[in-house]
This record gives sequence, structure tokens and C-alpha cells, in this order.
Amino acid sequence: MSGLLANRKARLGLGILAVIAVLAIAGPWFAHDPLAYLGDPLEAPSARHWLGTTGQGQDVLAQTLVGARLTLGVGFVTGLLVLIIGALIGGTAGYLGGRVDDLFTLLINVFLVMPGLPLMVVIAAWLPPGPLTMMGVMVLTGWSWNARVLRSQVLTLRNRDFVAAAVVSGEPAWRVVVVEILPNMASLLASAFIGATIYAIGAQVGLEFLGLGDLSLVTWGTNLYWATNDAALITGSWWTFVPTGLGVALTGFALSLINFGIDEVTNPRLAATRHVAGPPRSTPVMREEP
Amino acid sequence: MISTLRASAGFLLRRLGFYGLAGFVALTLNFLIPRLMPGDPATVMFARFQGELEPEAIDALREAFGLTDAPMWEQYLQYLTALSQGDLGLSVAYFPAPVTEVIGVALLWTVLLAGVAVVLAFGLGSGLGALAAWRRNGLLDQIAPPLLSFLGAFPYFWLAMAAAWIFGFQLGWFPLRHAYDAGLDPGLTWAFVSSVISHAVLPAGTMVLAALGGWLLAMRNTMVGVLGEDFITYAQARGLPSRRVWLHYAVRNAMMPNLTGFGMALGFVLSGALLTEIVFAYPGQGYLLINAVLAQDYPLMQGLFLTITIAVLGANWLVDCMTVVLDPRTRT
Repeated sequence: MSGLLANRKARLGLGILAVIAVLAIAGPWFAHDPLAYLGDPLEAPSARHWLGTTGQGQDVLAQTLVGARLTLGVGFVTGLLVLIIGALIGGTAGYLGGRVDDLFTLLINVFLVMPGLPLMVVIAAWLPPGPLTMMGVMVLTGWSWNARVLRSQVLTLRNRDFVAAAVVSGEPAWRVVVVEILPNMASLLASAFIGATIYAIGAQVGLEFLGLGDLSLVTWGTNLYWATNDAALITGSWWTFVPTGLGVALTGFALSLINFGIDEVTNPRLAATRHVAGPPRSTPVMREEP
Repeated sequence: MISTLRASAGFLLRRLGFYGLAGFVALTLNFLIPRLMPGDPATVMFARFQGELEPEAIDALREAFGLTDAPMWEQYLQYLTALSQGDLGLSVAYFPAPVTEVIGVALLWTVLLAGVAVVLAFGLGSGLGALAAWRRNGLLDQIAPPLLSFLGAFPYFWLAMAAAWIFGFQLGWFPLRHAYDAGLDPGLTWAFVSSVISHAVLPAGTMVLAALGGWLLAMRNTMVGVLGEDFITYAQARGLPSRRVWLHYAVRNAMMPNLTGFGMALGFVLSGALLTEIVFAYPGQGYLLINAVLAQDYPLMQGLFLTITIAVLGANWLVDCMTVVLDPRTRT
């Protein structure tokens, strides 16, 4: 963790994320009611409405802040669930090996090649709209990537001497996995969690943009849904979709920065400035003139 | 020569078998999803007809959509038989048009748009990544990765909205909607082709922009690893021209993981393409998808899921064929 804080990219990412988190948690207490009709439709930004109003005359700033809360909340919880399911399936496959591994790997690969969005749409459309449906659908289509990455890491660690020693000394399988193997892949688990959260936020916003979310809730996805439905593009009212989009992008960017930081801390070659290879420089044959 | 040919054919056949299995899982899921969901699928599906149709007509519809009271395996067999004849059922929104007919042309537009965007993003991104890693800490290496990963953090469809607003609405450089001017007859005329191109610039461009960063970083990071290998040092020590070391030694080896990732990223990019199409009202699969969602046209949604999955599996297999050509290790 201290190594992570020493990394410039990770620090920047954590900083942006902290600001967004504070805004999402505290912001809604200070903002207007996001669903109240406070002004004329599509008012441009002004002193009264800092980010203008929507096509329904609702305050865009309030919608952006309140939307952040639910979107990020669902995003992080889904990220955690995706990580847990991925770790369980990938870990079991990697640890047990043999037939079980073959079967699980096949399952993982099948889910990996299936395109996510259409599958999510097909399932979500049959269920009552809402955050729970959203989470379930995203976990079902999103677990395979993490399972694949974590499986191969468990597989490598499984063959290390210290794990063999633990097995021989009679430790039960769950203890070997939880105490010996998992702590040794902490950085991988952290970056898997961050990757899953980025995926969950993107997928959620996309599905809600399609109109598959609960449209009575205020989230970043429904904000964009209403922006297009209220003809934001044809009327040129950029303020109805720019703030929400920036929110999504900044969150995703901050999370990827943290992931780059983790990458560089654990894989020093990526960060190293030492000469690896590049266009050849001429070998100094003669000493330069003083 | 013969043995390598046989090995390649074996590899490609194994992959084909895998995609066949994945396709089978997809179509089984497609069958199971409506039937495992809470409530009676027929009631949900025909909710919009309730009160307009006689109960007998609803029963006839049930029959037509294969949602009978027959045992599950019998329904499954019927479903498979219908599929093997290319029958995806009837669309609810465009009733009584069959789903295959509704999807037909739309699939071509999506494959064209997403295909062009994916190939461009992959080529440009990998090329820039290879350059950035070669001139480590140079101008390109400093600017491109952070800038492009910031752009990549935006949802595809949001970039599309922003581009439509700036270049379509404010500047008026490119058309805002559809795939070609309504007044033109589709055909191989210059007027039609140029209209298609100018309509594709914004949707394809935003998709390339959104996906570029991912390819660039993946390529750059693999390249950095490859450049640390001994064979690169050896090639340089032998005095090979710098360009040759870069292209034939470093890039060629670093390409492989990226190419494998290409297949898996296809599904993701295609999902982004579907949402981008919605912003531009581009007459592809995405446009049909949102109509299906709005009209609660379940058979159409499921037909779209199946056709998109099959397209992705097919593209993955083509990528496998390319790896066989490029990577000698798959031939042994």
C-alpha cells in the first residue's frame, strides 16, 4: 500500500476517486431534489441552476450528484461480487486441477467469447427493472474474465514449495487457499476488483441508457437515457449529458490509473526508466573533448 | 510441410469444435432464459395484446411462439428443429414478420460499421503502442497513453453523443443520423458509397477513439517485456538495421498476445457498437435492439442475441486462422 502511494499515477487516481466519493456521499444533502420540477425545460447553466435544467425542468447538478451515489454504490458492490465469484470458480479450477479444471476452464472460455451486452439485455428484459436485476445480470455475464486471470495465478502458486509444504503438513484445502495462496496474490485481486468495478459501472450505464433500468430512479445511466429521450442532441443542450458523462469517465479514469499504479509497482519493468532496448545509440569510440 | 499442415488443420478444427460448443450453449441459454424466469413467458410476452385479443387468439400465439404446455424436452426439440431451418420465430413489434427477416439487412450494417472500427482501432492502437514502447519516454509515450485512456474511460455512446453534438450539430460537417441519405437508391454508385462513408465517419470514429487506448497500452506493455528479452539484445549486437529489429523481432513477437485478446475484445466492442448505433439511429442491430426493448419484443431480442453471438464466434475463428499464419508455435 505504501508502495502504491509512492506511485504518481496511483496517487492521482486515488485523489480523483476520493473527490468523487465525497461528492457522491455528501453532495445529495446540499443539492436540490433531483426529481422536482424547478425551472423551465432545458435552461442553460446559470447562477440559479449551475448546470442548467433537463428537458423536464429538473436540476442537472442535483441529478448528477444523486446519480453518482446509486451508480457508484451498485458499481462497487457488483465489482466485489464479480471478484468473489471469479475467485471462487477460478480458484477451485486452479487449485484442484485435472478434470475439474478442464470442465471449469471450458465454462470460463464459453462465457468469455459470448458477447456481454446482448446477453444482459435478453436476461434483464424478463426481470423487473431495478438495481438488483442489474447487479445479477452483470455478475452473470462478467465473472469469466476474473476467473480466467485468477485461475492461472492460483495454478502457478499451487506448484510452489511453500504451498506443497502446507499441503504435506496436513492443512485442509480451504486453509491452504485462504491462508497460503490468496494473500500471495493480493495485488492481482486488487486489480481484478478495480477492473470488475470499471466494467460494472460501464455496463450499468449502458443498460440503463437502453432503458432497461428502473426509470423512476436517478442514476447516471437514467440521466443519459432521459437526455436522449428529451432530444438533447437536436436542441443542442449539451449540459444535459456532459456532466454525467464526465462523471463516468473521471471515475473510470481514476480507477484505471490506480490499476496502472498497481501494475507498475508489481511489475517494475513497466515503470523502470533504465535502458531496455530502443533505437541504437552510437557507441562512444573516442573520449569526448573536454 | 505436410505435418505442419496437419497440425494447423488439427488446431483449427479443435477451435471450431469449441466455438460450436459455445454456440450450442448460447442457443440453449436462449431457450432456457424465458422459461426459467418468474411468471409465464407467454403472459409477459403478450401483455401488450391483453384485452385486444380473444383467449383463443392468445393460445394460437403461444403455439406460434413455441410456448406450449408440452414437456420441456419436447419444446427444446421443436426449438432446435425450427432453428436448424433458420427459423427464429416471429417478431412481436413487426408482427407477423419473422425475426430473421427483420434482422437480415441490419446485420450487414453492423458488421460493416463495427468491423471497420475494430480493424482500424486494432491496427492504429497496436502500431502506436509499438512505437511508444520503442521510443520509450519519447513524446508519443508521454502523451498518448494517458490521453487515450482518459478518452477510453468515456462510455462509447457518450463519446458518440459528444461527437454528434460538436461535428454534427455545431459544425455540421457530418450527418447526424442514419446510414445514407434517404433519397438515394442503394447500389454501387459513387453518390451512394460516398454518402455511406460520410454517415459512417462519426460512429466509426468515436468507436475507434474509445477503443484505441486499450490496444495501445496492451501492445506497449507487451513490447516493453519483449524488448527486455535476450534475442533483441542479440539482434542489435549483430548489427541488424534498427527497423528490422523493431518490426521482425520485437513487433512480431509482441503481436501474439494482442491478437488473442482481439478475439475476446470483439464481443465488448460489438456491445459498444450497438449503443453507438442507437445514438446515430444507424440501421443496424443496435437500433433494432432498442426498438425491441421499447416494444418488449422478446423474440427479436433473443434473435439478436443469437445472431450477434454467432457473428462473434465466427470472427473469433477467423482470428484463429490468422494466428496460425502468423505464429509458428500453433503449427507444431
